[in-house]
Amino acid sequence: MASQPKSQLTLRPKWLKPFGSEANWGDAVFRGLTLAFALVVVVTLCGIALQMLKASQLSLQAFGLGFITSNDWDPIQDQFGALPFIFGTVVSSLLALALAVPISLGIAVFLTEMCPVWLKDPIAFLIELLAAVPSVVYGLWGIFALAPWMREVVEPALATTLGFLPFFQGPSQGFGMLTGAVILAIMITPTISAVCREVLNAVPGALREGSYALGATRWETLRTVILPFVRSGLVGASILGLGRALGETMAITMVIGNRPQISSSLFAPAYTMASVIANEFTEATGDLYLSALAEIGFLLFVVTLVLNIIARALVWRVARLPEGGRL
Amino acid sequence: MSLSGEHHAWRKLTNGAFSIACVVATIVAVVPLFGILYYVAARGIQGINLDFFTQLPKPVGETGGGMANAIIGTLKLVGLASLLGIPPGVMAGVYLAEFGQTRMGTVVRFSADVLSGIPSITVGIFVYTLVVLTMKSFSALAGALALAVIMLPTVTRTTEELLRLVPESLREAALGLGVPKWRATISIMLRTAAPGIAVGIMLAVARVAGETAPLLFTAFSNRFWSDSWKEPTASLPVQIYTYAVSPFEDWHRQAWAAALVLVSLVLILNVSARLLVRNRVRK
Repeated sequence: MASQPKSQLTLRPKWLKPFGSEANWGDAVFRGLTLAFALVVVVTLCGIALQMLKASQLSLQAFGLGFITSNDWDPIQDQFGALPFIFGTVVSSLLALALAVPISLGIAVFLTEMCPVWLKDPIAFLIELLAAVPSVVYGLWGIFALAPWMREVVEPALATTLGFLPFFQGPSQGFGMLTGAVILAIMITPTISAVCREVLNAVPGALREGSYALGATRWETLRTVILPFVRSGLVGASILGLGRALGETMAITMVIGNRPQISSSLFAPAYTMASVIANEFTEATGDLYLSALAEIGFLLFVVTLVLNIIARALVWRVARLPEGGRL
Repeated sequence: MSLSGEHHAWRKLTNGAFSIACVVATIVAVVPLFGILYYVAARGIQGINLDFFTQLPKPVGETGGGMANAIIGTLKLVGLASLLGIPPGVMAGVYLAEFGQTRMGTVVRFSADVLSGIPSITVGIFVYTLVVLTMKSFSALAGALALAVIMLPTVTRTTEELLRLVPESLREAALGLGVPKWRATISIMLRTAAPGIAVGIMLAVARVAGETAPLLFTAFSNRFWSDSWKEPTASLPVQIYTYAVSPFEDWHRQAWAAALVLVSLVLILNVSARLLVRNRVRK
């Protein structure tokens, strides 16, 4: 009885109480069975963390902290430093976020505040489909459509207009950091815009209506009333998108050029953490090599884990507002 | 007077610019979707022929051949992954909905959310260390297990959410008739939520059907038919990747064809799931 203080929430009939928390053996078995499967989820997560840690043991011992500060990736000499991959992952993801967040916010505002009702579902569905297209198909499209377009149109245009900045110098190659970031941005837009919509929908209707009644325009309402109200939720949405971008593998592997270098030019090829695992894991000879790749995976796991925890805490804060929900 | 008029005009202008920006953002996001669908359809059609569905891949450098083994491989992997991933997911979802208002429930819910957010390639490494190293071979079994791990949290959370939508009065009616709680859950709650859960499962299946990264070093790839679950197995996504990054024109053609098959599969699952939901809502 004491183990179920909140059982009233599920409206358990009172007559069950004298029999303890379970009325008969059937209920006890059922509860135990579902609990066992629920524990599978927890065990899987812990198992992944432990296995990854175990697999990266060798590399952790051999390189310590130097692993993330060295940019010497030389399988032949058994020297492994992950800096170029960390650089590639962080820069491509942040760049993707910078491209995707304004667009996602625009979509969310359009869908929650402006869109005629009949258009809402079709557009939301199209955006969802964008998330349904397999990553490898994005990569295929990236190789044969996006990369040539970036090489011939976007990168020359950037070089002539903004070429004084070091980011936009050097030859246009098509396969490089910028193309990788663009494809990531396309892929994380559905995630971010869906969470943004959820957050905007949680704003109490009265706030919005009050602002309009005072004569504020849509932009003023958004900027002065809604945004301050949901800021943490929007940050959460962005972090969730960042988590997606960091872990994305196939599409970016196919367009980023896969060269472990740190270049100031966004046109230059780069390499990401997920890409190096995808490319080299099956070909890795030697325990230390495998272990180094596993450690990169472990780092990726830890970072996305932390980002997810932060993001969900932030989104929950808004979505669980006392008077949240406009329905 | 004129000052306030100007101010008003400025406010209207900012608002107009903002509204246009929102519309443009939506268009910008939708354009790549049509771009991809157009490319996949236009290029894919050229590579589709009977051989594609019935022949094995030809050795490097020879043109022709097909992806019959990869098509069957994908069906095998996704099928086994569904068997391994869906039942535990549904059961865990039932636990969360029925007994989840406890600290244990919070832990499970949190784990499921985190699990669905971790990169799929790390799931590949996990299964590699767990299964491939133990069995000393890449296998369909390992690939399916990796896909199942990816499905698990999605199925769990969908089941929970849909069970929560079932009105409590249904359960109360069943309990009032003297039905034990477990039977009420299975025959009343789960049964009522079943169509919705099925839709959620379809979406989860569609998602793993296109997964590539976790298969690279679990199911690996195979140029031939794989006779058992313990052998490396070809799959459409991995085949698309291998062919796309190869230098051969004919392989590119086949990669597009495979992409067309894969995207059709995923879109059919998504659209029919959507239609099912809509029909239910209309009723």
